[in-house]
Amino acid sequence: MRKAKSIALGVALALGATVASGVMAATTLENVMEKGRLQCGVTTGLPGFSQPDEKGNWTGIDVDTCRAMAAAIFGDPKAVDFTPLTAKERFTALQSGEIDVLSRNTTWTLTRDVSLGLNFAGVNYYDGQGFLVSKDIGVNDAAELDGATVCIQAGTTTELNLADYFRAKSMEFKPIVFDTSEQTVQGFAAGRCDVLTSDRSQLAALRSKLADPSSAKILPNTISKEPLGPVVRQGDDQWFNIVKWVLSVQINAEELGVTSSNADDMLKSDNPSIQRLLGTDGDMGAKLGLPADFGYKVVSLVGNYGEIYDRNVGPDTPLGLDRGINALWNDGGILYAPPVR
Amino acid sequence: MTDLSVMPPKKAIGPIQWMKRNLFSTWYNVVLTLVVAYLIVTSVGPLISWFFVDANFMGSDPKDCSGAGACWVFISQRLDFFIYGFYPGEQQWRVDLMFLLLAVAFVPQFIERFPGRKWLGLFGVVGLPVAGYILIPGGPFGLSEVESTKWGGLMLTLILAYIGIIASLPIGILLALGRRSEMPIIRGLCVVFIEVWRAVPLITVLFMASVMLPLFLPEGLNFEKLARALIGITLWQSAYMAEVIRGGLQAIPRGQYEAASALGLGYWRKMGLVVLPQALKLVIPGIVNTFISLFKDTTLVLIIGLLDILGTVQSTVTDPSWQNVAVEGYVFVAFCFWVFCFGISRYSQSLERKLDTGHKS
Amino acid sequence: MKKQAINARTYGVKPWYDPRVRSLVYQTLAIALVFWGGWVLVENTLSNMASRGISTGFGFLDETAGFGIIMHLVPYDATMSYGRTFWVGLANTLLVSCMGVIAATVLGFIIGVARLSSNWLIAKLALVYIEVIRNIPLLLQIFFWYFAVLSNLPSPRQSADLGSALFINNRGLYLPQPVPQEGFGLFIAGVVLAVFAVVWVAKWARKRQLATGERFPMVKVALAILVTVPFVAYVIAGDPLGWDVPALKGFNFKGGITVIPELAALWIALSLYTASFIAEIVRSGILSVSKGQTEAANALGLPNRLTLRLVVIPQSLRVIIPPLTSQYLNLVKNSSLATAIGYPDLVAVFMGTTLNQTGQAVEVVAMTMAVYLTISLLISLLMNLYNRAVAIKER
Repeated sequence: MRKAKSIALGVALALGATVASGVMAATTLENVMEKGRLQCGVTTGLPGFSQPDEKGNWTGIDVDTCRAMAAAIFGDPKAVDFTPLTAKERFTALQSGEIDVLSRNTTWTLTRDVSLGLNFAGVNYYDGQGFLVSKDIGVNDAAELDGATVCIQAGTTTELNLADYFRAKSMEFKPIVFDTSEQTVQGFAAGRCDVLTSDRSQLAALRSKLADPSSAKILPNTISKEPLGPVVRQGDDQWFNIVKWVLSVQINAEELGVTSSNADDMLKSDNPSIQRLLGTDGDMGAKLGLPADFGYKVVSLVGNYGEIYDRNVGPDTPLGLDRGINALWNDGGILYAPPVR
Repeated sequence: MTDLSVMPPKKAIGPIQWMKRNLFSTWYNVVLTLVVAYLIVTSVGPLISWFFVDANFMGSDPKDCSGAGACWVFISQRLDFFIYGFYPGEQQWRVDLMFLLLAVAFVPQFIERFPGRKWLGLFGVVGLPVAGYILIPGGPFGLSEVESTKWGGLMLTLILAYIGIIASLPIGILLALGRRSEMPIIRGLCVVFIEVWRAVPLITVLFMASVMLPLFLPEGLNFEKLARALIGITLWQSAYMAEVIRGGLQAIPRGQYEAASALGLGYWRKMGLVVLPQALKLVIPGIVNTFISLFKDTTLVLIIGLLDILGTVQSTVTDPSWQNVAVEGYVFVAFCFWVFCFGISRYSQSLERKLDTGHKS
Repeated sequence: MKKQAINARTYGVKPWYDPRVRSLVYQTLAIALVFWGGWVLVENTLSNMASRGISTGFGFLDETAGFGIIMHLVPYDATMSYGRTFWVGLANTLLVSCMGVIAATVLGFIIGVARLSSNWLIAKLALVYIEVIRNIPLLLQIFFWYFAVLSNLPSPRQSADLGSALFINNRGLYLPQPVPQEGFGLFIAGVVLAVFAVVWVAKWARKRQLATGERFPMVKVALAILVTVPFVAYVIAGDPLGWDVPALKGFNFKGGITVIPELAALWIALSLYTASFIAEIVRSGILSVSKGQTEAANALGLPNRLTLRLVVIPQSLRVIIPPLTSQYLNLVKNSSLATAIGYPDLVAVFMGTTLNQTGQAVEVVAMTMAVYLTISLLISLLMNLYNRAVAIKER
């Protein structure tokens, strides 16, 4: 009904009603609690990160980040509404309060952190930009791409990285900029460009959308750093902390060996780290304004980071991505979450 | 015995005579006819075989398509998505009911002398939005809520066009009256409003609605994307609507205005009781025409990430399990739009002819 | 007006029943409302931007853009400023709009006349064209021409070529580029001379016709002059034009002029779509000229061709011009659909990438809308001037 009201209100506004003065001031957490649901901004469809199926059920790493937050706040991972956003709209949607958290495959950069009034609450996937080329142009390295035509998606850091890379190598390129990833693939499949560039995690997914995936290959080069993570508005430290620590809890849970299937047994664990994580000891939840057992809810209802990774982008999924640098710090990766204590 | 001499001749001209007159009258007409006929014959054959003869209609998965002709299996398999978007399957009857109500309200408008035609039309303008407001989002009467991010496909296209036209009608009337007002400031404001909105492309309006509107509103007040798109479409459309209605106002003879004033009617009663009823009747074809163009323009919402019918097709033609179905998808959407637009434009033309004979000032 | 006010007062009408007072009150209210609304909007926007830490002002226009644009008529590379991307986008918008207006007008007139052809087949074909094209959304047509047609074109290595100078593949249409060489000035001089000669002959022919009534075969003579003089100059200068022929190097063709598929698809779709509307305008324009005019012209002994040129067309133009103007405006506005297929027009480049990299939505959108407003005012102004020139001159 809330939806319908908002639409009716919109039309009423359009009909000439004047803008009433605002009603807010509460913190984001209070607002979310009052609504009873979390509003989460995601992509319009990006396999492995946030993708709706034919019935409109969302799956993906970014989606699970939001589900974990809903589990922490309400104890119900389904208490999330997803707002699909294009790359262009995502920041205004967050700034205006349309969504509570932006979990949309968004790269953490200085400009975005500083001049857009946003805070990046952490990293849920370390990515880097790469190239997908058609096999019959016979290129094995990005350095051979002089003069190539490149398909890119608009409104991303990708556009800038690409220009930087080619300029640094003093090579030429012709960019074809599309609005959505579907159109980018369609353009590449139609042979409009020699190369498709995007984050490496996406290249695998995009390649799987080709009629003949084996006709294209991913070049070994990584030309940029793309730390992707959830974003919140500046000025609400409590909310910022909640997003940051829900993410850390997932990573710590994997490190401590707590999974969704053994979480109940782990409640009886006498490891103090696990006790603090699951809320059987200490008052970590209260400090954040969350229930004491928020860690237990996150892990038991959504899973630890490893589980989320494996079911969305891991080797057994269509994306088939190895953990790589996204493994734990003690397992050859760079995931190192601050301790819950 | 009938007198043959008073009967009309059976046919004014025979087919050969007809062809000679209409196809082969001069040497260049002979050449033109032959060239065009050749082109039609050579292109229609392959088209028919692609559309029908070699096409695959039955089946349930990509393997049922031979690849020689069109793969209509793709359309039939994804039809639900193209019509309802992500609207949950068990709730789709609500949308179907709305389609039915829409048809009940508007199809009789094409049939003259249909009993209660006017009342149905009134229901279409007043009752239908209320019904849709209850049925589609859900909420009251135990209907489960369906959030607007799940609306899509043909249903969303119709919602956008329908609400856009209904909501812009009253604003358009006010603007048109304002533009013909004797008060210079009101007139000036209306002219500026109308001309500014008419000058900018819908894409920038939609973009502004989706990206900038949140900045204009006080903190804490915000609408979801669909509502914002509707605000943009309505404002934009009302400028066009105002111009159509102004045309109708101008066509009403001065005598009507003067007679109403002479009867002592004030401005609003003069307009509401005498001028507008006549003017609006005159501009129905014009309103129908703006509806057609708005209907086509709603496809632009896919650029701001709403999944209208073209958006749903665009997002499924890249599905790797179906190969090269882009043309089938586009043809399907084109056909849907064509049927709607052509049908409605025919209606508007017949209306125009009818009104034309009835009213000449 | 004044008299009415005196009347109102003399008959003791209360001031709030006085239409003048009322009108004043309404207008003051309207102004106050608009200013208040505007103020609330600006206030909201500013406070929102301040509280969200969004930077404001036009300073970003001088910052380095740092992204590439595939097609630019003004010099551009990634080291140039965001301000430059505005001009690149604007030039591309104007280019496709001008090309579209020309093609749509030509095509629209041909189809509009064909619709009235005495040849049944031609007339029906034109009718089918109009009814099919104008009832299908433009965006869909653009997608069709871009994605459906593009994917069926050959790759650069299997390009279709015409005389190994002109190539078509899925990267675009490659044309040889004329390169002026020594002595090219002579050719230019020949062209200028021919134009002047034609103008002079036309003036002379007109004077002669006014004096003696004899007609001069102006079109044939003008064509002859325009072809012969430059040709002779070209030969004398010794073939002063070289050609930069495109050739396959690396992945793509280099050299020559490239028409990128985005431009081609947008141009074709815009022209075909707008032409279907122009055709209907032309048809109703021609039909609006009453039969009496044609008959009168025939009675005066004018041949059919001259009747069309001197009687029918000038009169139908009066009916055609106003709706034609709005079609041109529509075409310019519709060119913004470029963003859907990646043609770098103003909306795609400036309101797309630039806005997204800088995040300064208000400034960028305001600039973009101002451009469209200016273009549309300019077109209306030009058309109004023209309309005044062809309007009925009553004596």
